[in-house]
Amino acid sequence: MNFINQNIVTIITFLPLAGAILLMFFPRRDRDIRFFALAVSLVTLLASLHLPWHFQRGADGFQYEQNVPWIPHPNIHYHLGVDGISMWLVVLTTFLMPLCVLISWKSIHDRVKEFFILMLVLETAMIGVFVALDLFLFYFFWEATLIPMALIIGMFGHGRKIHAAVKFFLYTMIASVFMLAAVLWLYAHTGSFDFLEIQRAIQSGSVPGFAAAAQWLFLGFFVAFAVKVPMFPLHTWLPDAHVEAPTAGSVILAGVLLKMGTYGLLRFNVGLFPEQAKANAGWIAALAIIGIIYGALVAMIQPNIKRLIAYTSVSHLGFCVLGIFSFTQIGVDGAVYQMLNHGVSTGALFMLLGMIYDRRHTYDLKEYGGLSTPMPVYATFFTFIMLSSVGLPLLNGFVGEFMVLSGAFQAKQIWGILAATGVIWSACYLLWMYQRVFQGPVTNPANANLPDLDARERISLWPLAFAALIMGVAPMLWLHSIDPSVAAALKQFTNATAHLSAPAGMQISKVLMTVLGR
Amino acid sequence: MIPTVDYIRILPELVLSLFGILIMVVDPALPRESGRKTLGAIALVGILCGLAATLVQAQNYGDAFFGMVRVDAFSIFFHFVVLLIALVVVLASFNYLEVQQIYSGEYYGLILFGTVGMMLMSSAIELVLIFIALEISSISTYVLAGFRRRTAESAESSLKYFLLGSFATAFFLYGVALVFGATGTTNVYGIAKALQNPPSALVYLAVALMFVGLGFKVASAPFHVWTPDVYEGSPAPVVALMSTGPKAAAFAVLLRVLFASGAPGWFWMVWVSAALSMTLGNIGALVQQNIKRLLAYSSIAHAGYLLVAFAAAQQTGISAAIFYAASYAAMNVGAFAIVSHLASRGERYVTLDDYAGLGHRSPMLAAILTLFLLSLIGIPITGGFFAKFYVFSAALQANLVGLTIIGVINSAIAAYYYLRVIVFMYMRDQRYEAPVARIPAGLGVALTISAIATIYLGVLPGRVLEYALRGAQDLLK
Repeated sequence: MNFINQNIVTIITFLPLAGAILLMFFPRRDRDIRFFALAVSLVTLLASLHLPWHFQRGADGFQYEQNVPWIPHPNIHYHLGVDGISMWLVVLTTFLMPLCVLISWKSIHDRVKEFFILMLVLETAMIGVFVALDLFLFYFFWEATLIPMALIIGMFGHGRKIHAAVKFFLYTMIASVFMLAAVLWLYAHTGSFDFLEIQRAIQSGSVPGFAAAAQWLFLGFFVAFAVKVPMFPLHTWLPDAHVEAPTAGSVILAGVLLKMGTYGLLRFNVGLFPEQAKANAGWIAALAIIGIIYGALVAMIQPNIKRLIAYTSVSHLGFCVLGIFSFTQIGVDGAVYQMLNHGVSTGALFMLLGMIYDRRHTYDLKEYGGLSTPMPVYATFFTFIMLSSVGLPLLNGFVGEFMVLSGAFQAKQIWGILAATGVIWSACYLLWMYQRVFQGPVTNPANANLPDLDARERISLWPLAFAALIMGVAPMLWLHSIDPSVAAALKQFTNATAHLSAPAGMQISKVLMTVLGR
Repeated sequence: MIPTVDYIRILPELVLSLFGILIMVVDPALPRESGRKTLGAIALVGILCGLAATLVQAQNYGDAFFGMVRVDAFSIFFHFVVLLIALVVVLASFNYLEVQQIYSGEYYGLILFGTVGMMLMSSAIELVLIFIALEISSISTYVLAGFRRRTAESAESSLKYFLLGSFATAFFLYGVALVFGATGTTNVYGIAKALQNPPSALVYLAVALMFVGLGFKVASAPFHVWTPDVYEGSPAPVVALMSTGPKAAAFAVLLRVLFASGAPGWFWMVWVSAALSMTLGNIGALVQQNIKRLLAYSSIAHAGYLLVAFAAAQQTGISAAIFYAASYAAMNVGAFAIVSHLASRGERYVTLDDYAGLGHRSPMLAAILTLFLLSLIGIPITGGFFAKFYVFSAALQANLVGLTIIGVINSAIAAYYYLRVIVFMYMRDQRYEAPVARIPAGLGVALTISAIATIYLGVLPGRVLEYALRGAQDLLK
């Protein structure tokens, strides 16, 4: 047991990579390759469930830590570990991956082997980003996510795929160079890449020249993460990448890659530079709110369904950023929860779009109408997922948005008021889109005889629908472990949040009671 | 009477020279068309013996031949790098020569002689011997550049390289003469002693002249203009050698001349040259359609990154430069090995269009080339990443913020054109079928060596970096 606890994070991280390496030596029999990829991703999921299972609730700090020297000079450690925040993001990643394999079962038929190798390599890199506690290692994994994702878009996408892939790559690459510069500065002045050591050094004020450089360091990290989130006005790569990417690529992009940005903001920008985070919170929150409203408005008028959903990500991720920069316990809790929600809901929405694309090969809204007649099961799933994304009480979206908004209200009333309109907008664009696609008579004869979902497609949607429901009615399952970690991250802000009368956990359960009507 | 240990201290050079002579002697006795494989095998055995000899040499640190040669961690490191490069080049040449119908047996002999020169460059501590070693390596490569003698480009490239190269060596020699005039010695460590007194103006001029000469050899701006033409015309495996071996050796000389001798007044020269090389190299590469020219410009840019480490100076900078030289050699020699295989008869297929759809036609070659290109960009899990990382962190430690920013922006620009090759290979549809032959065994081994080296340096760089550090310490002793 001890052995497993000590190595579980490494095992989860590198299982997919091992699978990918084995896959390289497979003969090109597509069926075997698909089953093998599915098996690897399922085993990884099972392994990752070890984390929440044996997680010590209520303890702050990192668990399942593993820290061995990797390169003696410069002093780089192989330091992994998870806290309540990153643990769930890891599980989100491993949870989405088998579904992505299922969704690509038929839609990827050319170069199948390459596709699944890239997916598995990508999984390793993504998990690595969430578990790395050494800044160098973090950067290492961060960059490593770039290549497989760009290749997935460029090789398996459609339309202007090359344009989208190159844009995605260059945006992220150039932005992360600034983070590298900041990391190198920190190393040059603290002699360590270790997140915890650097944090300690900054808190004790023993870093020479920190006061002068801190703002620049903050911005260096911020740019890299803001591009990834993506925050307005750095979001322009996102719609392109989403529209041209294959379905599984979109699911991973929306479900996990964007979370790397918000995770980074929370872990590094807030964790390492609390002073600067506070000083810059004003304009960052403003950008987040602009993102919420702008993303929603632009989404509303998109003629392309996938582009529409892509813009909703800009809007939803705005909530996450706003929650983080409210520096209130409930707001940050909500932001983390919203990250998970968005992964589930938007991931599911992209999967649903992929299913209709497999049938009709278009994302053009005008081509559809009255789909609920030929495809009732599909329409039902879509309704359910859409409502979770809109934030209907009892479904997951509500919990996250509610917590973020109450955090925003506590921080500054006007933030809360403006952001709350986002909820209305999201109802507008999604319901309007739903109406145009599903309701009314079947206008286009091509849609009249579309087959409904088959068993494979249903299997890949059930887990997400189920997760949306559970996360909506029993958020404490997640918040139990998220809450202490967020409290630890906010320790440096305690003075600012002293007016909170009750501990946030209590507040959340109060919210929950109200929701459940007890 | 010269003690025996002195001969051991130049053992690898002796071994390779003997094998080179052996090839020249055996060549006429072999049938013209089928005999090349035998010569290649002799060269291979020679290089392996050379590696073994280097191991023996490494047990015998110290000076030899009245202080002309010094065996230390620094020179041993470069011996290994150069020998491994030669090994990969010879392996990649087996099939290439047959495909191109080049039947001159001197090819392998010249590679071995060139390697002797490069090895001697890293261990010579006497400026005159350095000059001789430089000439041995240069003359071999001049000839090798013209080996596709039925094509005009190759002849042009050889002649251009020869004329400009001789000009550059003359600069170097002039610098050596001035140093001798100013300090009364040509021994690097003797010069260091003489320079402890305030140096005369002559020394500054001498350092500048030597920098010009060596700057040409490493293809750093503004002495880089020959590079694209020469690389385009020369046989691809020779370019693999030229762009790594003599370059690494010339950097070794530059390290000795600038740092071991404590030469003054180099800082701004290096700074400007580094900034120019990175910028001009990367911008030039952006518009290239020919892959050999593209890699030529990229090699100029990489010389620039290496010079950043020079500007950072002292231990961290020097070790970063040494590490960079090694990892650059691994990835570049591999990339050119693939280019030489795909070039096919008469080097017809060397443009980006010919690489379109390579991911379909030959997934294995495309994947390996992608690895090298990613390493050239500096993406994690490849040697190129750590190489850049060490260089820039050394630069930041030396407070060279401006140069670091230029370098970082440049590596972002560079990502674009390397990525373009990957885009062509995987995302573009081929317009016509450029044939891909099966991977021959020799090339397979060559690629395996360079791919493993690239990944090894990217995952476990600690060991090699430690050697690089030891080399830097020995150099500054």
